[in-house]
Formats: sequence, structure tokens, C-alpha cells
Amino acid sequence: MEAFLFIPCLVEHVLPQVGEATTAVLVRAGVTPTLPKGQTCCGQFAYKRGRADLVRPLARRFVELFQDAPAVVCPSGSCTAMVRRYPSLFAEDDPFREQAEEVAAKTFELGQFLVERLGMVDLGARCDLTAALHGSCQTTRVLGAGSATEALLAKVAGLTLVPLARPERCCGFGGAFSIDYPEASEAIVSEKIDDIVVSGADAVITAEPSCLLNIASAMAKRDLPIKALHLAEVLAGEGI
Amino acid sequence: MTKTAHDFAKASAKALGDRQSRAILHKAIGHIRVLRQRSVNAMPDFPERQARAVAVRDKTLAKLPELLETLEASVTAAGGRVHYAETAETAATLVAGILSERGAKLVVKGKSMVSEEMGLNEVLEAVGIEAVETDLGEYIIQLAGQRPSHILAPALHVSKEQVSDLFARKFGRTSTDIPEMTRIARDSLRQKFLAADAGITGCNIAIAETGTVTVLENEGNIRLSGSCPPIHIALMTLEKVVETLADAAVVLDILPPAATGQTLPVHLSFFTGARREGERDGPKEMHLVILDNGRSDILADPKLRSILRCIRCGACLNVCPVYQSVGGHAYGTVYPGPMGSVISPLLNDNPGDPRQPFACTHCAACSEACPAGIDHPALLQELRRRVSETETDLPVAAFSLLARHPLLFGGAAAVGRLLDPKLREVAAVAPDAPVGRFLRCREFPGLARPFSRRFKALARRLKRLQGGRA
Repeated sequence: MEAFLFIPCLVEHVLPQVGEATTAVLVRAGVTPTLPKGQTCCGQFAYKRGRADLVRPLARRFVELFQDAPAVVCPSGSCTAMVRRYPSLFAEDDPFREQAEEVAAKTFELGQFLVERLGMVDLGARCDLTAALHGSCQTTRVLGAGSATEALLAKVAGLTLVPLARPERCCGFGGAFSIDYPEASEAIVSEKIDDIVVSGADAVITAEPSCLLNIASAMAKRDLPIKALHLAEVLAGEGI
Repeated sequence: MTKTAHDFAKASAKALGDRQSRAILHKAIGHIRVLRQRSVNAMPDFPERQARAVAVRDKTLAKLPELLETLEASVTAAGGRVHYAETAETAATLVAGILSERGAKLVVKGKSMVSEEMGLNEVLEAVGIEAVETDLGEYIIQLAGQRPSHILAPALHVSKEQVSDLFARKFGRTSTDIPEMTRIARDSLRQKFLAADAGITGCNIAIAETGTVTVLENEGNIRLSGSCPPIHIALMTLEKVVETLADAAVVLDILPPAATGQTLPVHLSFFTGARREGERDGPKEMHLVILDNGRSDILADPKLRSILRCIRCGACLNVCPVYQSVGGHAYGTVYPGPMGSVISPLLNDNPGDPRQPFACTHCAACSEACPAGIDHPALLQELRRRVSETETDLPVAAFSLLARHPLLFGGAAAVGRLLDPKLREVAAVAPDAPVGRFLRCREFPGLARPFSRRFKALARRLKRLQGGRA
């Protein structure tokens, strides 16, 4: 089957390796990925600032870009959750709402797509690591795709998962929150990293690029020899 | 009265600088977390309890004016008196008036956040009435001249050692053994209970059909405050009512487990009216003060009304990463944490920082923990929308504009890559600017060659690889 890649701006410009791994995972799953041209940002940043009015034009662009897709796959729980929210930004009697609903219904976070849509949990991936899973808040609580991430990781050969003391806890990024309240954000991410260190993991895995960037850059600042990997990178293994 | 608005960003940064308080908070919250998990995990029917409670709370809100009338009639029939107060200030004045008219000099108080909302202790002090907090945590806070930092555990931010020092200063007698410390406080408080002219309590649930004020506690001080002195004044906000005793039981099914991890609290008191003829004890007078302070407006606001489902269990505070890190005082309001971030801006008095709804990581731990089914993230989103309407947010507007035009968006990223892919210059030039502060604890990996430019070659390579495998 074919699927359109929905690449978050953070992946496009800061974490392109996550996009590459996502492509590899899809190919491995027998899916032909297509990358529609002209993608920018889903508007989550403006949405969380309370500016749904600024999101609407971006939602319209998105829906136009992806309306012909058989399925839309995104390596981010939060961006997927944003697209799933698009219909609610338009009035009940707005004809565009239905189009937004169609696109929202076929947009999936990568793990969710593999497990819920394709029914695949074992991709034959191998990854020799002892790792902790950071189940991002947006992927787990908001999108409800946490169990898909867990099911996929459980089938990765060589991967030993160790628990975090407070697995449900946020990493403190929260988009503009980390800029508006940098001290609070720093305090929260520090505790997350303390938990990761205590877990004894050599790597931390998450299905959310923004958590990944937050945790990875805060660990780098501390010079910690712990890898931060996206779910796609783990599933791709040596595939790229 | 004009006041400079509270600044949560500044207050939280300051609070985070206090390492000792952070460590105390961390430990206390960890303890509460374990208690809650233990209790909710031991209740396989918690989701059903929750669904029933949500239904009761919504039913209550749908007929609130009618229920308040019933409540008033029932309280009156039981020999009590009901007083309505539109604002916190009028409520405090009203209580002070009741007490002054009766020549009261000493008042014992059970823990009440509504009293905090009213600023009651200061008002009573101003008219020469001594108000003594009798909840141990609240008593500690009062002795220390502080404010509660948690709606349930007011002294959550104070360590055992700090309490020990405080007792040494105040009583000339101390210990670090908790039962002994409790004894010291009790020795002082027992005298007050016996000598008090009046007792003031809060109200967890007011039952309309019976006129009963229901209070949950673990120490017994509220039961004493409401039954020992000759006058009992109970304080509530108007949404705390339920229709029937059966409805109260539904709320009681979720409140203790969500709040403290208990099935039931140690003391559960039902105060109904004043002492009746022929009865040998109980208060001779009973007053119920019902405070509005902006809640009627919330009730009339369909997009925000659900915050009035709140039963003040504190569960959302206990799981909020922001609250857990900065503590309750940084909010500068009576109600901190997620529920406070929603309700405080809507109250007439002490609304706190107008930007409080933005101080949220959108993690949704609050709504997951809420036994009353409140969707705090959605309510905060609505509040952010209302604040945003009134201001110009240049960075967001600029970013959104760029995002409408892929060439401009890509161009901006290219400029960023050329100038300083790691944003180091920005951080060096302006360490106190938002980006500089963001980068203080982060080593930014840098702006990379975009994925879209790598895709074609990658897809070709993968196809070959896949072909080779097949």
C-alpha cells in the first residue's frame, strides 16, 4: 500500500534522521512512502498559544496537501493529535469540516499506523540496547497510541526495556512553555533525566520528536553517554 | 483598587531557586503519588465510581439555583441560617459581623479554602477576633505566618525539621518525633477548642434535601470546631451542593481515594442545623455562608462551566509537573495547580497572573487524574484563547505567516542554518532572552539539511535494498 509522509517541521529541519528512519520502517513494512511537497507546520505551536484563528489557514493547507492520501503517517504523536483536532476548529455547518474529518480519520502516528492500521507488531527489527521508554504525554494520554509503541518495542530483538520511576511524567517541553517558563521547564526535564540515569538505561526511546529533542539536548548539556532515539530509529535498526 | 498582576514566570523562577523547598516538595509529592496509586489500583470499579460522580456533579450544576433554594429551606428548618455573599469581601465582613454582634473574641477554625478565598483571618483580626487554625498543617502555616501551598495539605512545603524549629520558637518545647510534635500542637489547641466562642468550618458537600454540611477530615479538629463552641459557621462556595444524601454518597465514593488514597477519611461529619430542643450538645447557633465570587458567571458560561464539577481533591495538583516543581506559592492565588489555573482567573478576587493558563506543558496528567472528569487542558485552551484575543503575539503570528508559505518557511530555516545552526550566538548575545534561557540547560543539536532534500535518494536506496532482499 501507499502512505503519505507527514513530516513535522521539527523533523524536517532539526531531526531529519527521524524522517529517514520512518521512511525505512514503512518500506520494511511493505508500504510505499510518498512525500507531498510544500509541507510546513501543522499549527500546533499557534494552537497551544490559544490562536486557533492562525491554525485554520494551516489546517486548510494540510487538508489540501493530504486529501488524496490513502493514509497519512507521522512520526509524532503531538502533530498527529493536532491534525485529529482540525475538524473541531471549524463550525459544524462549515463544509470544510467534513474534509478535515476525512483527513483526520486517516492520519496516524507511526506506531499507531503499524499496529492499528496494518496489524503489524513484529517488524523483525534488532537493536542491542538496554533502554527506557519515555511514553510522551501527547502520544499516550492525548492521542491514545501508547500501547502501540509498547507493543512494537516488545518485539524488537536484543532490546531490554527498563522501567522509569515515573513513566507517566512529562519531560517539561510543552512547546512554547519551555520558552515562556524556561526555569520550570529545566526543573522538569532535569527530573526526567535523573529518572533515566537511575534506570540504568543506555538509551531512552520515545515516539515524540519534541520530547526527543528536549531530552537529548538536556542530556547532551550534561555530557551523559545515554542515547536518545525515536521509535522509528529503533524499528529501522540497521535498515538505513 | 488597582494591583499589579501577579507574575507567575518570575515567582516560579524564584521558587525553583530554593533547593531546600524543592527537595521537601519532591519528597511529599512522591508520598502522595504512592498513596493515590495504591488506592485507585485497589479499586477496580474506580471508572464506574467516576462516571457516577460526574453524572451527579452535572445534574447538580444543571439545577443549581433550585438546589440552593432547597438547601436554604432545609438548613432553616433544621434551625440554621443561610447567608449569601456575592464577593469574598462581603462574605468576610458578614462573618465578622455575626461574630462581633455576639461578642465573640476567640474562634477555632477547621481547614477551609473558602476561608482563604475570603481572606477571613485578616478581617477577623482587624475587628479584634482571634482566629486559630486547628488543622495541624494549617496551624503550622498560621504559626509560620504563611499561606497554604496545597488545597489539601497546606503545609506540604514544610519539612518536619522546620516544624520542629517553629515549635521551639513558639512553644519553647519541641521534638522531631511526629507523635510528640502532634501532642505539642494538641496541648495548645485543646485549650482553644474549650474556650472558643465560635467554630468556623468549610464544607465538602452540602446536602440540599437534609440541609446537612458534610465534612471530611483525618484529625477530628473539624468535628470539634463544628460541635464544641456555641456557634458554628460553615463556609461553602455555591457549587458544593448536591441534591440528596444518596448523591453525597456518590461523591464520597471518589473524594477520599482521589484525595489521600483512603477509602474513607478518619472522620466524616454530617452537621445538620443547630442544637434542637431537648438536645444536650451541639452549637446553639448554626450559620451557612454561601459564597459566589464569580461562580454564577462560570455557571452561565457553557465552555467553562465544567470546572465547577471540581470537588477539591487535589489530585490534579499532585500529578502536575509544573505544580510539582514550583510548588503552590508561586501561583500567588488561593487555588494553585491545574484546577487553580482554570478557576483563579475567573474569580472576582485574587485572579492571579492573567497568563497563568499558559503555564502548562499540555501533558494532560490532570484530566487523567481528575475523579470528576474535568478536562483541564481543554478549559485552559479556552482561557488561552480568551487571553490571546486581547493581545498581539508577534512570534506566533510571524511563525504562522511563514508556515503558510513553504518557500518562505524553508527560506527562514535556510537563513537560520547559515547564520548559526546551533543558535549559540543568540544564546551568547542574549542569555536572558527566552531562547538564551531555553538553551541554558540544553545543547541544541542544530538546524540540519532538511529531510525533504534527502528523501528522494533515500527512497531510491531503500527500494533497491528491498528489491535485493526480495
